[in-house]
Amino acid sequence: MAEKFFFLMFAVVAVGSALAVISLKNPVHSALSLIACLLQVAAIFVLLRSPFLAVVQVFIYVGAVMVLFLFVVLVLNIKKAQLETFPKGRRWFAYAIVPVVGIEFLAVIFGKSFTATGYEAAVEEVKVATLGRALFTEYLFPFEVVSILLLAAMVGAIIMAKKRWD
Amino acid sequence: MIFTIKDLLSIIPELIIAGSACVLLLVDLLISKERKACMAVLSILSVIAAGVASYWLLGADFMGAKSFAGMFELDGFSTFFKFVFYTATVLSILLSFHYVKEEDINLGEYYVLMLFSLSGMMVLASGADLLSIYVGLELMSLPIYVLAGFLQNDVRSNEGAMKYVILGAFSSGILLYGISMVYGLTGTTELSGVAAALSDSSVHVPALSIAIVMMVAGFAFKVAGVPFHMWAPDAYEGAPTPITGFMSAGPKAAAFAVMLRVFMEGLQPAYEQWMVMVGVVAVASMAYGNFVAISQKNIKRMLAYSSIGHAGYALLGVMAGTEEGIASVMFYMAVYVFMNLGAFGIIIMMRKGGQRGELIEEYTGLARSHRGVALLMLIFLFSLAGIPPTAGFMGKFYIFMALIHRGMVGLAIFAVLMSAVAAYFYIRIVMLMYMREPAGEFEFARSKGIYYALFITTVGTVLLGICPGYLVKLAEMASVIM
Amino acid sequence: MVDTAFIVEVIIIWIKVVVVALVLFSMPLALTWIERKVAGHIQVRLGPFRVGPHGILQAFADMVKMLFKEDVIPDRADRLLFKIAPLLMMVPVFAIFVAIPFGDKVTLPFTDRELTLYISDMNVGIIYVLAVSGLAVYGVIFGGWASNSKYALLGGLRSSAQMISYEVVMTFAAVGVVMLANSLSLVDIVRSQSGGFWHWNILYLPVGPVWFFIFFIAGLAELNRIPFDLPEDEGTLAAGYHVEYSGMRFAFFMLGEYVAMVSISALAVVLFFGGWDDPLGPFAFGIPPILWFVAKVMVFIYIFMWIRFTLPRYRYDQLMTIGWKVLIPISMANVLVTGFMRI
Repeated sequence: MAEKFFFLMFAVVAVGSALAVISLKNPVHSALSLIACLLQVAAIFVLLRSPFLAVVQVFIYVGAVMVLFLFVVLVLNIKKAQLETFPKGRRWFAYAIVPVVGIEFLAVIFGKSFTATGYEAAVEEVKVATLGRALFTEYLFPFEVVSILLLAAMVGAIIMAKKRWD
Repeated sequence: MIFTIKDLLSIIPELIIAGSACVLLLVDLLISKERKACMAVLSILSVIAAGVASYWLLGADFMGAKSFAGMFELDGFSTFFKFVFYTATVLSILLSFHYVKEEDINLGEYYVLMLFSLSGMMVLASGADLLSIYVGLELMSLPIYVLAGFLQNDVRSNEGAMKYVILGAFSSGILLYGISMVYGLTGTTELSGVAAALSDSSVHVPALSIAIVMMVAGFAFKVAGVPFHMWAPDAYEGAPTPITGFMSAGPKAAAFAVMLRVFMEGLQPAYEQWMVMVGVVAVASMAYGNFVAISQKNIKRMLAYSSIGHAGYALLGVMAGTEEGIASVMFYMAVYVFMNLGAFGIIIMMRKGGQRGELIEEYTGLARSHRGVALLMLIFLFSLAGIPPTAGFMGKFYIFMALIHRGMVGLAIFAVLMSAVAAYFYIRIVMLMYMREPAGEFEFARSKGIYYALFITTVGTVLLGICPGYLVKLAEMASVIM
Repeated sequence: MVDTAFIVEVIIIWIKVVVVALVLFSMPLALTWIERKVAGHIQVRLGPFRVGPHGILQAFADMVKMLFKEDVIPDRADRLLFKIAPLLMMVPVFAIFVAIPFGDKVTLPFTDRELTLYISDMNVGIIYVLAVSGLAVYGVIFGGWASNSKYALLGGLRSSAQMISYEVVMTFAAVGVVMLANSLSLVDIVRSQSGGFWHWNILYLPVGPVWFFIFFIAGLAELNRIPFDLPEDEGTLAAGYHVEYSGMRFAFFMLGEYVAMVSISALAVVLFFGGWDDPLGPFAFGIPPILWFVAKVMVFIYIFMWIRFTLPRYRYDQLMTIGWKVLIPISMANVLVTGFMRI
């Protein structure tokens, strides 16, 4: 009961702040809303008995990624006016599409019972050790591929940022 | 023991590519700027080494087995595609040799990123689990984003890369959403497990359709199928030309490989549902790509639209949903590597700084002074248009046959009509080359790399057109294993 | 469904939270006085001397002044963000103390109820602390941006870059400790060091001192304290991100900074100096563990003040060099060594 209440609270705030991210004109305000949204998602992870994921969500996304975002926004000093580049004429298209897709989704979700299979509601907290073990046994291969991916991304970022002409 | 020696052996080609990419990153520091060609040679050697390893694995007793807890599958299907990727990568590196020097982007990282991308494609082709497929997809795309924007002081390159990276990230998100829904519905990410769960029809709730829509959309982004093609023309135009060729051959083939794997292996029980969506994308791509290509003035843009059209044909093969369909797509991808990279080879040759060699008009009268080059271009364009006896014709032929055997005659007729449209803009270039007087002098970038590449692509295009049997047999064998 | 035990449990947690919050709120009053005294004596002055004996009431005078000062909001500031920025700084540093263990279980006098001297023993405590302490930077960034002032903005920018760089370093130090303790829970980390000072992580030779050194430098940088106080560098940025703040809002920033200092000190004690553990181990003579904890934290607070009035400030590029080119490579090597030692 209490859990449902908390879930609804976090979910509503998360969706509301996500909407604010895309509708606010000022990029700094958008960033603040995104931070709020990510924190709500972390809270939902706590409800799902995965404190590790919750904390990592806060650590990585709120603590690092968003700080970098803000850094870029502040350095570039993006003006409000520059953000109005979304072509006005095409807005009606977006406005028309969104309700249609939204209604479709709602119909799918409420139309027929939609249950995730293969899962019992987790009662016990997910232990960090369990997570770590899974990562290094069952998911070893994707884990290693991700490490190569990160290396490639790092090389790419340096290449893009490096000034080659002086 | 968390993995066996067999597990490790089955990923030897991947290890070779990823490992040599890492080593080359360091070797690059020792090589002076004038001698960066060493890097290209070393990368080609490592690709060849991986090819040898892949060939050796064909005879291994664990061929067809899954490794790493069901994450990785070594079978004929993936090996076939891996050879397609090797070919595409080697050809692109050969084409890059001279180009990077000319454009002053002669950095070792250029080749390293290509190798990283190659390793991603290989993981993708062998991925037997949605998770490893997803990370493979990212590993393939990320270096390509960077390579597309490699011309740092060219606005078009920046724009193209920007669009590519943003839409690519967006499409990854959509794909992930689809994957997560499949996971929610079936409780597993392993493709065989997904198939097993889906064979129970009670799982076929409407949410499955949404998941499939998401996955089709995500993959369609990667193969540049309409309406998810928006990035393609700009990214193709802006990217360094050898990379454009690479993009249109390697990652596209990889995306088709994974599409076949996911839809044919994992989502096979939901064939009725995805068939329609793939079909819609296929028809839209053929129509849109081929018609819009007609009005293009820049040859790279034209080839971008044509590649959208070609993606449409290949999607038809996916849609057929039979082993014959799979084999036809595999053959088509192999053929496409040769003919498309050949055409890009000519474009690179024509390019001498700036816009030169990118406008279609500049090919006017090429045949008068340079018969050889014009003939090669003629072969590639005919092949792209699907005119016999070139390889492109055989590729399309097998796809249409697969469709007809499946009873989709209407679609086959539509596809034939669309290739007639396509023939118009390919043959227009041929006409310009052969029927008009030249407007000015031609300049060529001459290098051994380009010659080798053109030789290989020409031989491939012609040979596969005249005697496709061997490769088709290989593709059929590989598709049966699946 | 709701039984008495549950209610008592909730009430106890509430009491703990309130006590911790009150202590933390009042701490800066004492700390400002101490800091000014320390500064005075280091610089061969007397420091505040007029309000009360030895100026001990100086902090209260300051508080009254802050309360009655005009609250200036710059004309073109972003009013909303300007107002919430100090809170954004304060909330995370208080939240850190949810996970910090002040002592082990004690039995309450006159009852047989056991009381734990920490609010929560999370099994991911150390990551929680790192994550939450990283959030304090938003107060600095938003405060700097919302003031609509060049100096403030530059302060905010510096702070965000500095925070990103040193959070990586700090996390490495935490990784080291986790490897030594085999647990992410702060309580377990303290317990793994119990039994006298020779069991403490700082004396886990040779890697312990190196981890502490890394942690301490990163802590200084995260606190924006000298020698890494570039976000509020008086010499070049006037007062940095809080240059436009006055009155109570300014006081909130100060409060946040002092509490953050306490939190890093407490963390250093928990991670490297055995937390509440009695340094004499088996030869202990009955000083309550919580007093040991407080004493150790006070020593650290004094060290922070000592450094502040002794060392000059680094340049910005030096700051980045130290972070990325010195500390991170050392950390990586140290992870390796620690790993081999723990096999």
